[in-house]
Amino acid sequence: MHSNGFFLKDVAGFLGGYYAFIAIMNGVASLILWRRKNQLGWAFVWAAVAGVMLILASLALSGSATLVPSLPLAARKLVNALSGPVLYTLGTTALLTVLFVFRKFFVKPMVAWTVLNALLILMGLSMADENFASIVMKPDNVPIVGLVFMLAFFTWVATSQAVVNDERIKQGLPPMEKLNDEKVLVWPDLVYTELICMVAVSAFLLVWALVLQAPLEEPASSVKTPNPSKAPWYFLGLQEMLVYFDPWYAGVVLPSMVVFGLMAMPYLDFNKKGNGYYSIEERKFSYLVYQFGFFELWITLIILGTFLRGPNWNFFGPFEYWTPYKVEVLNNVDLPQFFWVNLLDRPLPRAPQGAGTLVQVGTILLRESPGLILLGAYLVLLPPLLAVTVFRQFFAKMGFVRYMIMANLMLLMLSLPLKMILRWTLNLKYIVSIPEFSLNF
Amino acid sequence: MAIGETIRNSQIWKSIFRHPMPLDRRNRIVVMLTNFFLHLHPVSIKKQGIALSFTWCMGGVTFFLFLVETVTGVLLMFYYRPTLEWAYNDILALRDVTSLGILRELHRWGAHAMVITTWLHMYRVFLTGSYKPPREFNWVIGVILLLLTLLLSFTGYLLPWDQLAIWAITVGSNMARATPILGYEGPGQQLLTIGGIDMITDGSDARFGLLGARFVGEETLNRFYVLHCIAIPLATSLLLAIHFWRVRKDGGISGPL
Ligand code: HEM
Repeated sequence: MHSNGFFLKDVAGFLGGYYAFIAIMNGVASLILWRRKNQLGWAFVWAAVAGVMLILASLALSGSATLVPSLPLAARKLVNALSGPVLYTLGTTALLTVLFVFRKFFVKPMVAWTVLNALLILMGLSMADENFASIVMKPDNVPIVGLVFMLAFFTWVATSQAVVNDERIKQGLPPMEKLNDEKVLVWPDLVYTELICMVAVSAFLLVWALVLQAPLEEPASSVKTPNPSKAPWYFLGLQEMLVYFDPWYAGVVLPSMVVFGLMAMPYLDFNKKGNGYYSIEERKFSYLVYQFGFFELWITLIILGTFLRGPNWNFFGPFEYWTPYKVEVLNNVDLPQFFWVNLLDRPLPRAPQGAGTLVQVGTILLRESPGLILLGAYLVLLPPLLAVTVFRQFFAKMGFVRYMIMANLMLLMLSLPLKMILRWTLNLKYIVSIPEFSLNF
Repeated sequence: MAIGETIRNSQIWKSIFRHPMPLDRRNRIVVMLTNFFLHLHPVSIKKQGIALSFTWCMGGVTFFLFLVETVTGVLLMFYYRPTLEWAYNDILALRDVTSLGILRELHRWGAHAMVITTWLHMYRVFLTGSYKPPREFNWVIGVILLLLTLLLSFTGYLLPWDQLAIWAITVGSNMARATPILGYEGPGQQLLTIGGIDMITDGSDARFGLLGARFVGEETLNRFYVLHCIAIPLATSLLLAIHFWRVRKDGGISGPL
């Protein structure tokens, strides 16, 4: 949107250091592999990557629009044009699924390293875009970038061990953790590890504090509403849910259910295996449920809410300028409208003027009957139905109460993606809409 | 070293440290049993339990960050007055005038980091199945700690009293307005009517309870300040003590049987 001149000069120093950092990282990797002697091919690859990164670093330092490495404008435009909440959600789902299904491949150190490099380079190229940089470099948004990389790293750490353990268990061997069960003294072994951790964290925090100033905007004013107004970043997943649900559900009921569900989890998971070691195969169901909730319904929504939602909570592509004038046409329809008007071609049931309370409530119930029946079927009929089909074994092992709690928690959790899909495909706004009681679902 | 020897043999030193230097095996055991700070730990532990690849040291890092927040927070309290007149200016002074202004950066980034490390710690505990018996209840305590961590961060977010602060808290607390039955705009709030008088108004609902007013204002600042500096840290400290105690009583760091 804006001319790139000044902006590139501003980020030149940062980008130069950034590429130099990737160069050093790859240089060290190359050195380690070279000294081990068994992967010389890869040692050369990373040395070459380090060289290229040094070149990129010097190009970036120039700060000139023609030299700073960046994504071609056409590519950025294409990404902006293609991206939207639907593609974002489906894309991240597909990506996570691929990572999970081919985890044996992705945990290989060289593959993971390649992915890391690719991510870092993509990030660097994107940072040369002013719109992208202005959002990502907002001081309070920086931690989320860190979160993404940390999550990727630790998921890799955990999955590599799980893959090894699963293979061992298949062969009848105990998990790797079992091999390490001789006892050592806490002083010095643990105490020193803790000390080193503390020093490392302190150093990290100090550098962070020195490099990045804490934000301080204009003094508070209750009349000047910023656009967009955003909650703190860790609640942006909840704020994103407001697109699909009313606040009573997205902001109160659903979060309470998340907390309740987390607390209930140890009492619902009756699988005794996989206690005290990394494993996926031994507890696939709980693993997938947790990962779905954590990554799909929490982390990706936070990223979406932070980086891709601009003024008026409109969606913006990663390289798009956040204009407050973007207009999105919303013609969402409620289910009663669908049912009575579009399907049956008659007006919505309405209570006659001056009718008694009973008649009024009755009319509301009649009007909302399609949604209420649907919801009733979802929450009341589905659990027993599942109990005699897919979840038959669960039901037998868990007993009635535990099973019902689990089934209902899962259905509540799935209510979010289901509502998303209904919105995208049918423009459905509310399934049940009783404004008389502020009850919209 | 003669001087070192003299100091370690002095009455003062010996009165403070109840054990000799942990240089040999015997004293390495004694130190764990007799030192207040170390007695949180067992004397010996399975190698697997201290492997960085297993715990990621994430619970430990979270606790350390909590300590960093406590120390920097107390120091910040010397500089900060939670009133409409001073709050913003005091923060501004931390940036422009105060020589130890970096305290604010440490405190803010430490807070963000603590939220992240809490999530990562919980993620690790899940991935190693460490919430399974006998550690179910410690997981529950953990969930409460997670909530408290988020609330600490949320209440602290308001204190700089800038645009970022009040609007983030406004957006966040608006949700409370929609609490079923107890929120002014929540479903079913009409149910709480006594003798024709609506009990749930914008001056008595859940949001009002949270903010101490109908909008984010002076009362809110005071309320959040007290919650942030006293109430929530106290609750967190208590639960942390129980959390650590339970780690020990539940048989130490989990591992394969
Ligand atoms: C303020 C936040 C928290 C702090 C400071 C903290 C600290 C710790 C520490 C130091 C340990 C020892 C093992 C390790 O470092 O991994 C631990 C273990 C544990 N934590 Fe936390 N924790 C916090 C939050 C949580 C949360 C959010 C959960 C889960 C919801 C949780 C559940 C557990 C469990 C089940 C264990 C035992 C793990 C095992 O035996 O392997 N904690 N915690």
